[in-house]
Amino acid sequence: MSSFWSLWIIVLTTIMLIGIVWILFSNRKTKNTGPDATTGHIYDGIEEYDNPLPAWWFYLFVISIVYGIGYLIAYPGMGNFKGVLNWTQVNQWEKQIEQAEQKYGAIFAQYRDMPVAQLAQDAKALKMGQRMFANNCAQCHGGDARGSYGFPNLTDGEWLFGGTPEQIKTSIVQGRSGLMPAWGTPLGDAGVINVSNYVLSLSGRDVDSASAEAGKEKFAMFCAGCHGAEGTGNIAFGAPDLTNNIWLYGGSPGLVQRTVRSGRNGQMPSHKNILSEDKIHLLTAYIYSLSETTQAQE
Amino acid sequence: MNHPLNHPLEHPVYNYKVVRQFAVMTVIWGIVGMGVGVLIAAQLVWPVLNFETPWLTFSRIRPLHTNAVIFAFGGSALFASSLYVVQRTCQARLISDSLAAFVFWGWQLVILLSAISLPLGYTTSKEYAEMEWPIDILITIVWVAYAALFFGTITKRKSSHIYVANWFFAAFILTVAVLHVVNSAALPVSFTKSYSAYAGTTDAMIQWWYAHNAVGFFLTAGFLGIMYYFVPKQAERPVYSYRLSIVHFWALISIYIWAGPHHLHYTALPDWAQSLGMVMSLILLAPSWGGMINGMMTLSGAWHKLRTDPILRFLVVSLSFYGMSTFEGPMMAIKTVNSLSHYTDWTIGHVHSGALGWVAMVSIGAMYHLLPIMFGKQKMYSTSLINVHFWMSTIGTVLYISSMWVNGILQGLMWRAYNTDGTLTYSFVESVEASYPGYLVRLIGGGMFFAGMLVMAYNMWQTSRITSNESGEDNVASAEAQVA
Repeated sequence: MSSFWSLWIIVLTTIMLIGIVWILFSNRKTKNTGPDATTGHIYDGIEEYDNPLPAWWFYLFVISIVYGIGYLIAYPGMGNFKGVLNWTQVNQWEKQIEQAEQKYGAIFAQYRDMPVAQLAQDAKALKMGQRMFANNCAQCHGGDARGSYGFPNLTDGEWLFGGTPEQIKTSIVQGRSGLMPAWGTPLGDAGVINVSNYVLSLSGRDVDSASAEAGKEKFAMFCAGCHGAEGTGNIAFGAPDLTNNIWLYGGSPGLVQRTVRSGRNGQMPSHKNILSEDKIHLLTAYIYSLSETTQAQE
Repeated sequence: MNHPLNHPLEHPVYNYKVVRQFAVMTVIWGIVGMGVGVLIAAQLVWPVLNFETPWLTFSRIRPLHTNAVIFAFGGSALFASSLYVVQRTCQARLISDSLAAFVFWGWQLVILLSAISLPLGYTTSKEYAEMEWPIDILITIVWVAYAALFFGTITKRKSSHIYVANWFFAAFILTVAVLHVVNSAALPVSFTKSYSAYAGTTDAMIQWWYAHNAVGFFLTAGFLGIMYYFVPKQAERPVYSYRLSIVHFWALISIYIWAGPHHLHYTALPDWAQSLGMVMSLILLAPSWGGMINGMMTLSGAWHKLRTDPILRFLVVSLSFYGMSTFEGPMMAIKTVNSLSHYTDWTIGHVHSGALGWVAMVSIGAMYHLLPIMFGKQKMYSTSLINVHFWMSTIGTVLYISSMWVNGILQGLMWRAYNTDGTLTYSFVESVEASYPGYLVRLIGGGMFFAGMLVMAYNMWQTSRITSNESGEDNVASAEAQVA
């Protein structure tokens, strides 16, 4: 903030505080005496007594002003003046993070060198991972990690960007961007329907076979680059496998057509600045364990 | 120009028509606004009540509720009482009947357009100012007309002094004009869409400077104006202290304008602005209580009237809720308290202890005083129905605010609870689940308050129909006869 605006704030605040102190003290005593003395004004039958300010109220006001001045000396408030306590909301936060790190850091650090596959067998580590999942991941992927429209299911063993511990960890740390371009213009209306029917046929869905056949050529031209010639996807792009009947954005003919026509833009945010490395390590183990245990049960 | 109104009047004949229109609409818009409130409260208990219909969805009709109760219900109460009080205390008729009619019909049009456009999803997304720019311009025009009407009448007053109620109405009219124009500044891209003139943190600060002073000047200063006339009038006692009213008036209006940043504690707002907002909010406690003291102490020597006069009960209980919520507000503005209360239902409880307990109850009390005068009757059709309404409102408010206190503290504590490993104990959705009982109690409380308004409407309807041969000085029939 420039020194002009700093001064502006200081001067205005000071004038205001002096103003209310002045109006408070200059009206403190009443010149009139006697309990029934009025100001003499009558408005539509309403008169006004000239009672003095109640003492407790007067002192409440004074105390709050004194407290306010003290606060503005101790804390930032008067423009660029930092306050004698040197407090900022950022350093308060940093201090709390530091304290938490000192208190809890070791609990997470003890798992640092254990490989994810081994951690996925450790009930205590998984419990901690699950708690972090509930507050960092469940908002999109669901409390049961089964995902919802636009948010992948993490329990089915199908991975857009790969399911090894390293790949899962990269997804958490760096985030992911799953971009599908819009093909409505190059394909045309009929092309969109044909390609969609072909895509649906890949997972054995019952479709108009002539239309699907017509879409096959377009698929090779427009879609195979990412989804592969067989439509089995590519984790390098996060291009989904189209043959397993799992649909991130819905598998009805209408929704598949919409995906082909308008494209999709999935975003998994980076958690690098939100969770420490040790915490992400545990979280990775938890997420890794989800599909491992599901597959073990099957 | 031999019309009797153009003579200097020993016994002025006032414009009661616009007062009567606004008084009736206060009750009607109260029912509409609170009815929508009950619906959205029910949606939080049973989400199926959104009916999968866009214009019935919580996100769209919540702004309809807030704008309807603040500007349609509260606004009508303010117009009715300020235009009545300014005439009575200045002993002067409003300067123009056609301007008065324009203010009434203009404001009804604003309400109607808002009630259509908000459910359809047209919104600026600025809280309590969601209306799009064409409606904002209409509001500005009507407001300027209202200001001309009010201040013009003040200049025609018979007394040299201006009564304290009019100071508060004047501060309310002037400041709301500034708040509305500054906050609504926007660049239109089409008839139904505009972008705010401000960006990022500046936009947030302007927004809360506006919204908190909508509370301070619309919902506090304006309604203190109502209090300063109707409490001494209904209690038939002089105002307790003239100099207290001077001190608390100037302190209130000068400090309130600084308090907005307490809505943005621990955000991107710079530290200095947060601190100033918090300090001024704390200093605001005494000036706020000045109004409560002056109202309450006005009753000394008239306390016995509370036993027989439910209108006075409405006014006194409204002052108690005013005192309570203006104590709670500064406490919640303290950063430490705010870090627990912010983003929880505590805020909603706090707002409604002011909105139901103070704003609505003081308005209802004032309207019960005003309506028989407006209909040329001695008193309301049924005093016992006023009493029934009083208890419905009081119990409804208590249920509402206590359930939100419980919910708010519960949510605040759940969000900050952590395990021995430092991870959070609860996920967000668990705090939502824990809030269900509170939402149900809130629905019951809000429903009672709403039902009370229906009782009032019935009482008003019957009052307008009773035949009264007793005509006082205020009798509208005789007033109109004089005009004719």
